[in-house]
Amino acid sequence: MFATKAAADNLAAAQPVKGRSLWADARARFLRNKAAVAGLIVLFLVTLFALLGPLIAPWNNEDIDWNVLGNVAEAGRPSLETGHWFGTDALGRDLFARTVQGTQISLMVGIVGALISVIVGTLYGAVAGYFGGRADAVMMRAVDVLMSIPYMFVLILLLVVFGRSMLMLFIGIGLVSWLDMARIARGQTLSLRSKEYVEAAIATGVKPFTIILRHIVPNLLGVVIVYATLLVPSMIIYESFISFLGLGVQEPLTSWGALINDGAAEMNNGTYWMLGFPLFFFVITLFGFFFVGDGLRDALDPKDR
Amino acid sequence: MSDVLLEADNVSVTFDIQRPGAWPWTPPDKLQAVKQASIQLESGKTLGLVGESGSGKSTLARAIVGTVPISSGTVLWRGQDWSAASPAERRNHGRHVQMVFQDPLAALNPRMNVGEIVAEPLITHFPDLPKAKVREKVGAMMERVGLLPTLVNRYPHEFSGGQCQRIGIARALITEPELVICDEPVSALDVSVQAQVVNLLKGLQRDMGLTLMFIAHDLSVVRHISDRIAVMYLGRIVEIADAAEVIGNPCHPYTRALIASVPIPSPKAERARHRPVLQGELPSPLAPPSGCVFRTRCPIARDSCAAQVPEFELISGDHRVACPYHAEAGLARAE
Repeated sequence: MFATKAAADNLAAAQPVKGRSLWADARARFLRNKAAVAGLIVLFLVTLFALLGPLIAPWNNEDIDWNVLGNVAEAGRPSLETGHWFGTDALGRDLFARTVQGTQISLMVGIVGALISVIVGTLYGAVAGYFGGRADAVMMRAVDVLMSIPYMFVLILLLVVFGRSMLMLFIGIGLVSWLDMARIARGQTLSLRSKEYVEAAIATGVKPFTIILRHIVPNLLGVVIVYATLLVPSMIIYESFISFLGLGVQEPLTSWGALINDGAAEMNNGTYWMLGFPLFFFVITLFGFFFVGDGLRDALDPKDR
Repeated sequence: MSDVLLEADNVSVTFDIQRPGAWPWTPPDKLQAVKQASIQLESGKTLGLVGESGSGKSTLARAIVGTVPISSGTVLWRGQDWSAASPAERRNHGRHVQMVFQDPLAALNPRMNVGEIVAEPLITHFPDLPKAKVREKVGAMMERVGLLPTLVNRYPHEFSGGQCQRIGIARALITEPELVICDEPVSALDVSVQAQVVNLLKGLQRDMGLTLMFIAHDLSVVRHISDRIAVMYLGRIVEIADAAEVIGNPCHPYTRALIASVPIPSPKAERARHRPVLQGELPSPLAPPSGCVFRTRCPIARDSCAAQVPEFELISGDHRVACPYHAEAGLARAE
């Protein structure tokens, strides 16, 4: 009796217990998934490569090594002695420095595209789904119309008309990337809106936009994050495709797509490293994102709970 | 009649139902979820609202709170018409009227911890309140509903159904409202927890002078907590009287059937009892029967019932019944 009394006093006097949020649970589940953690590590290393590469690269990405020019297939091989760790490209520029730069640009395109999509798409979809009725109909028809435009054509047109620049590339990718996200967010919001906690907030008198930000969006995030991690690689692929066509980033800037394009053009000359190194980074990054996306989906899946 | 806090006068709620597969421009079907319901909530008292699933209890409650638009009639709050209020006024009004929900877990946002959930109405209506004060009030309210204040950082999924309902009650009471609408607050809980939650509500009502509207489909729970009971069937209120009167002298045949369906916790008495079981299903509210809506299942129905809508008659004191043959209903049971 005395013991239980003491225990109860102890409990009452205790500091607030730290709860396990759904996010904490999801993190624990994610960390148990070996493939996803491996993907995360790969992405981390690729990011490090992009950030720290310029510091350790012995060559600048713009400088031409005149010693190898004219004999790229022999002298431009990957070697530690010349400092061209990844070899050189057909013009004698250091491929290591160029791959670092391509990685920076491709990751930036992917992440900026996904961020635009997450922010604009989620808010747009949540607003349309929450208000419903006519507002929803008008907003989603606008999305349908934008979706029906062949975006690759528009992107190419934008780049041709307004000149090829990074800004135009971001605008073009930003314009199309949020559409799918808006649809996903809207569909989820429709089912969240009828939840009783949303009704409780309405009955209490919480303002509509506060409800969207406090109750709808946090519950959307699970789906949104999963989709965003799968969106980053597709953004990278778009950009690579555009660059492959020769419309993307411009020299002296480069990206994975441009490097792969250059490498593919030189394949007949026996300089496989020009294709191999950029392709290697491209592929492991895509795999990394896909595994992380898969892991997140499993970790955040409410049915698994 | 003492101080009337809220009065619903002839409130009707109609929903538009788009027929599946219809053209977008086809006029939608009208579903009358609540038809001309009038109730009065007296300050400090409890009104019980009973009826089977689909009878419009929850819709009436939501019409009073304002989350469902009223298609006709008025809701008067302390004598002032509330149905024409602007959205902003309505939001401010949320301080005085709060709701407790049926599914305790679904009523709590899974991404917020308990402290945030309970504090939400407070920071909505008193945004200038300092954080420390909010925390203090939340702690006090959690203690009041029988939860350890140390649990503020926990999340809803870490609690049992009864505890979640206590959290829901704490959230409803933190702004010290005058009216709390409980929409089947105990029907998702098991019986022992039901009693705890009902007694908690009664205690809080006594201490804080709350007016309660208590919705349930279980008469035995409603009888325990209510001062007055209204019985609903297919969107209409068919009988309203003081709790003892409804239980002791039920006049509408539907009320009788409801009372007869309450199980007696004694197998012997249960077997010996004559039990008029209702036949059939609740008719579709899209196409309610003509005249008296209960006639399709009524044991004493006759031809005239189909012809005209029964008046909501005052039969004694403040006991109203919507059945012209209520005297015979009593005879039918005596046989």
